[in-house]
This record gives sequence, C-alpha cells and structure tokens, in this order.
Amino acid sequence: MTGRLKPMLATIVLLFAGVAVQAAEIAEIRVAVTTSFHNSGLSDVLLPQIKADLDLDVQLIVVGTGQALRLGEAGDVDAILVHSRGAEDAFIAAGYGTHRREIMYNDFVLIGPSDDPAMIGGAETAVAVLQLIAGAKVPFVSRGDGSGTHKKELALWQDAGLDAAAFTGWYRAAGAGMGAALNTASGMDAYIMADRASWLNFGNKGGLVLLFAGDPVLFNQYAFIPVSAERHPHVKTDLAKALEDWLTSDTAAALINTYKINGEVLFTYNAKPM
Amino acid sequence: MSEIFQSLAEAWGLIITLDADLLEVVGLSLQVTLTAVLIASIIGLPLGAWLVVRRFWMRRYVIAVLNALMGLPPVVVGLFVYLMLSRSGPFGVFGLLFTPTAMIIAQVIIITPLIASIAHQTIRDLWAEYHDLLISLNTTRMQRIKALLWDGRRALLTAMLAGFGRAIGEVGAIMIVGGNIDHSTRVLTTAIALETGKGNFAFAMGLGMILIGLAIAVNLTIHILSRTERASIW
Amino acid sequence: MVEPVLPTSILPLVMRGVVAKVRGVRIVGPVDLTIDAGGFTVVIGPNGSGKTTLLRLMHGLQRVSAGEAFWNVSDDVARQHQAYVFQTPIMMRRYVVDSIAYPLILRGMARRAAHKQAADWAVRFGLGHALDRPAPVLSGGEKQKLALARALIRRPEVLFLDEPSANLDGSATREIEAILQDAQADGTRIVMATHDMGQARRLANDVVFMVGGLVHETAPVAEFFDAPKTRKARAFVNGDIVE
Repeated sequence: MTGRLKPMLATIVLLFAGVAVQAAEIAEIRVAVTTSFHNSGLSDVLLPQIKADLDLDVQLIVVGTGQALRLGEAGDVDAILVHSRGAEDAFIAAGYGTHRREIMYNDFVLIGPSDDPAMIGGAETAVAVLQLIAGAKVPFVSRGDGSGTHKKELALWQDAGLDAAAFTGWYRAAGAGMGAALNTASGMDAYIMADRASWLNFGNKGGLVLLFAGDPVLFNQYAFIPVSAERHPHVKTDLAKALEDWLTSDTAAALINTYKINGEVLFTYNAKPM
Repeated sequence: MSEIFQSLAEAWGLIITLDADLLEVVGLSLQVTLTAVLIASIIGLPLGAWLVVRRFWMRRYVIAVLNALMGLPPVVVGLFVYLMLSRSGPFGVFGLLFTPTAMIIAQVIIITPLIASIAHQTIRDLWAEYHDLLISLNTTRMQRIKALLWDGRRALLTAMLAGFGRAIGEVGAIMIVGGNIDHSTRVLTTAIALETGKGNFAFAMGLGMILIGLAIAVNLTIHILSRTERASIW
Repeated sequence: MVEPVLPTSILPLVMRGVVAKVRGVRIVGPVDLTIDAGGFTVVIGPNGSGKTTLLRLMHGLQRVSAGEAFWNVSDDVARQHQAYVFQTPIMMRRYVVDSIAYPLILRGMARRAAHKQAADWAVRFGLGHALDRPAPVLSGGEKQKLALARALIRRPEVLFLDEPSANLDGSATREIEAILQDAQADGTRIVMATHDMGQARRLANDVVFMVGGLVHETAPVAEFFDAPKTRKARAFVNGDIVE
C-alpha cells in the first residue's frame, strides 16, 4: 500500500496545484451578457478578434437580463451587455453603471405551430398578432424570467390592451432562458416570441415555424454599460473603455453587419460616436 | 431513438479526435471534482469517526442535522456561496467568484455531509465490533479514530466515491458560482446544460455519455487500485 | 523499547460491595472480593451467574453502579498493566502480525521493532506460518491464540480471560492452557472465568464460585472440588443444575 501512496499523493497535489494556478499576466475582463446575445453565436466571432486586436480575454457570463443587472450591481462583473432599455436606465440612474452605449439591434419574431391555429400569419402588426393569440386562447410560452425578452413581451401585451397577469391556462410562463423556453414551446407546439438569433440557432424546432416578423416595435436594441468605478473601485474601467471603443469601431461594425446564420443577417450595427 | 445513436456518434467523434475543447472541459471537471472530494474527505471522514467515538449530549442532533444536510439542494448552496464570494459580499475581496476555486468551495459544501454521514454509519458498525477491545487496550480517542478510519478504509472509499458521484454530476451550484465561462469555468455538466438550452440535444446527450463514461472509469480505476472483490475479507 | 517496569504492583484489587446494574436491573453484586498478587484464580459457576460481568467489572469494561473497586495504584496506571481476552476473540481487520503488534504501537514503539516482537510471539504461540494472513480468516483456535499473544505482548501484570476455550476443540484448548501456564510461570496474575470444571481443576490455584450474580463460595481449588462447603457448590460440583 505504501508503495502506491506516494504517486497517488503526488497526483493529488498536482491536481490541486493545477486548479490553483491562475493564468498570469493576461488581461481579463468579465462581462455579463444575456442568453439571447450568446445564443446568436456572434460572440464566437467577436471574441477571437478582440483577443487578437486588444490582447484582451473577454470572459462572458451568460445569464438572464435580471441576473446580469444583479451581477453589475454587485460589482462581480466589469460591464454588462443587455437589451432592456427601462432596466438599463434604472441601472444607470441608481449609479451602478456609468452610461449606456448602443451597439446594435436585432429583432424579435413570432414563432408558432406550422398549422397556425390562431391565424397570425396574415396579421399586419405585432399588437394584432398578440390580440389574435389571446382571442384564440392557444398555448403561448413566455420567458417569464424578468429578462429583456420577457419585458419586451409584457410591454407588447400592454400595448395590445391586455393584462398578461390575468391570462389563464393557455399562457405558460416558463421561467427560463431563451433556449429552454423554445424547447418548451417545441414540446407543446405553442406560440412563442423569440429573438431571431436564438430562433435561427435553435436546434430542436420540431413543428414550429416563423410566422410573423418585421414590425418596427419588435426591434431589440443591445447596449453596453460599464459598471461604475465609484460604486466598485476594483472594476477594470480601462479595459471596459478599451472594449467599448472596440465594439463601436469599424472592425466591429463590419463583423456585426456581416454575421449571418443560414444566410440571414441577424444584427444591424447602430453605434454612434460619443 | 435516432437522437441517441446520433449522440453516441458525435461523442465518439469527439473522443477519437481528442477534441481540444472536450479535453479541456473534461480536465477541468476532474480537477474541480477530485479536489472537492479530497477536501471533503479530509473534513468528513474524521468527522464521521469522531461522532462515533465522542459521546456528548448534542450528538444525536448533530448526526440528524448531518443526515439532513445530505439533501441540500445544490442550487441553494450555489446561491449561498455566490452571496458570500460576491464583491458585495463578505469575502468578495479575495476575488474568488467565477473561478474554479469557487466551484470547489461549493462542491465541498455539498458533498461533505454526504461523505461524513456514510462514514459515520459504517464506522459505527465497526466501532460496535471494536468497542470492547479498544477500551480494554486503553486507547485514547485519537487512537480509536485512527484505528477505525484505517481498518474501515474500504467502506470509507465507498463514501468518497459516493461524494465523487454526487459532485461530478452537479450543475446547479457550479453554474452560479462558476459562471460557465468558456475556457475558464466550463465543465461537462455546465456544458451539457448550455447545449441543452440551445436545443442541441444530440450533442448534449453525447457529452452526457462522456460524463457517464468518465464516472465509470474513475470508479473502475479506484476499485482496481484498491483490489476490492479479491479474496480478502475487508 | 523496554517495557516500563512498575516500582509497585498494581495489585491487590479490592472490591467492596460492588454492584453492577444494567437498565436498572441488578445483575451482579454486592460483591466483596480481593485479588492478591500471585496465582491463578478461576471464576466458575453455571451460565448466567455473572462471571463475565464480574470480570468486566474488575477490568473496567463495566461501570460500577454501587460500592467501590480500587487497585493498589491509580485507575489510569492500573489500566496500562492489564489485559483481557474475550470469549469470542475480537479480531481487527488487519494482518496477524499487525494485530499482535498493535498494542506496542499504541505505546509508541516504532513499527519495525513492534513487528519484530510480534513475529517472535506469534512463532512462540504457533502462529508463525500465518503472519501475513488477515486475522479474520484464522480458525477459532488460531484467533484465540492471536488474542492471547496480543494480550501478553505488553507483559501485563494481570490477565483476565472470559471462557477463552469455550468455543474451541480439544487440541486448541490444550494449546491455550499450555500458554496460560507459561504465562503464570512468567509471573502474570491470571483471573479466568470458565464453566469447565476439568479446566478449573487443571489450571486454578483458587476458585471463586458464583451463582445468581453473587460470590457464593471461595476456596483453594482442591478444597473446592473435594469438599465444597455450600449446598449449591456441592450441587454444581456434582454436575447438577444449580438455580
């Protein structure tokens, strides 16, 4: 037994050491981003270029909008990238963020079963679509998680003159991220509002198809917000500034405007100079 | 059904080509879980033994609480550790959040009660056997704990493997405190969760099979190294 | 390492009015008994008479509920110079040589030296061939011999045995008895419980006869078996059932 003990102990020490050693000297920044953004796959294109141009390791923590804001408030990340104007303004007003910088937008689309029982395919506006769905009382899956997507959906119900809180059994609040909610919708052949990127990247479409898009109210603006150093002195303000500059640069513009899924462009770059 | 075959094929493809991302994720899974099991055992095994030989008035309640803690929901532990390690929390200054160390801390909290409870139960049986002898030999409490831990090592190994099984498949806590950051804190379980959320079921299932294979491989290795099921009696 | 030689003996052991209660029920006592230095005492009596409990009381494995029992030295010191062999030998899950060496290692002896001594004792007791076998796989007789080696390796002043050969066959019993006689010749004070009258006659110097948890009669061995004083002792020696 003792003969094997030494090599075993050595292995264990090495294991522990392997974990304990932190990567030294590489510039790192932590950014909380929403699942919608991550699901688009755009980060797989942007991050390597950022690494090459800025020698900066961008560590993405992919969570819902609510959690992203919470991480920013706690100072556990250096910046956030979200798509929920109201919440962003509140975040900055409360002093957690310094400012918001618009980067790009994509759009939300309405997904549903291919036979379209609520007949939304011919509708003119997003509000009309929602009214049709509520009228037909067909199954509809909501994010239900306080995310940017969820807040957008609720705002639309309000514009349609409907109270989402009063909906009965056909309205299913999944309380989950975009991918999981799409899974749920696919599983129960329900309608759902999703961001176009998540929909295009979704691998389990089942009997669902894209039924409605294009109404300008469905546009979805992404903004970059550095976490305030006044609140959290330890945040890497310089690196956040460098990242923000890069995201609003021509390189980023080119990459974002040409990013396609299945031949479709997803995002429209709309950052303005400061 | 075709999903399952497809997933097997994808998994096999990754293994055959020794896909770099897969190796990275597997390596981190093993590092985090094995380290957590080691630390949890160093705490939990002697604790289980100590609770056997030390009689004090609260012992029954401590053991009951220990058993109950086995059912701690991992995601709750994750939340707790996040609040502790957050920059706004008491231990934020150490900057441990979103690192493998935070994941190890969370997993240690989750599996130590499990390891201690199982150790306690098996050592209690052994103590019943050894009780009269060890008292007759005038042993100190520390000597008793050492004798019980050493002689009961086979059963204690089971306790450690139980802890390993719990930890290697855990996802809720390490998702919160690790952040599932690509190339940094992404392990097999969080990768599976990510792919599932994206709807890439086949790929997620393939990773799941790799995870199961990994768990089996570790268990087999331990059993072979410790020569259980051979014709000895302990 | 040299065994610490005690300047004074731990004996005599004096018991006055000692009672043992389990869950409120008196099972032994009150007992007045003195174990002096020198000799081989056999505690004999029918099953259930309390022999085991009396031995455990003496050794400290059973708590005294009433009365007092004290050695010539403090209890702590006395405990280090006694040993106990159980009716069913308690085997640790270790190799034979580790098991016999264990009491020495507890005392702080280095492992190699302890193993050397343990090997010597094992050979002396006929266990030389089994040093690297796991203790639990030994035969009954071998286990009991291991228990004896383990008990005697620290050269205790007093050795307690609780019916050591009750579960053994004739040849194993003979070997055990030979070991005990050697130990006595070596100077060990022996107190042994047995229900086997022949064994008592072979080994004992004096007899403590127990019935119903009480010491009924004490006498030198020849006197007890040839001319028991009490009725119950007579009945027992005759082979009748004693209640």
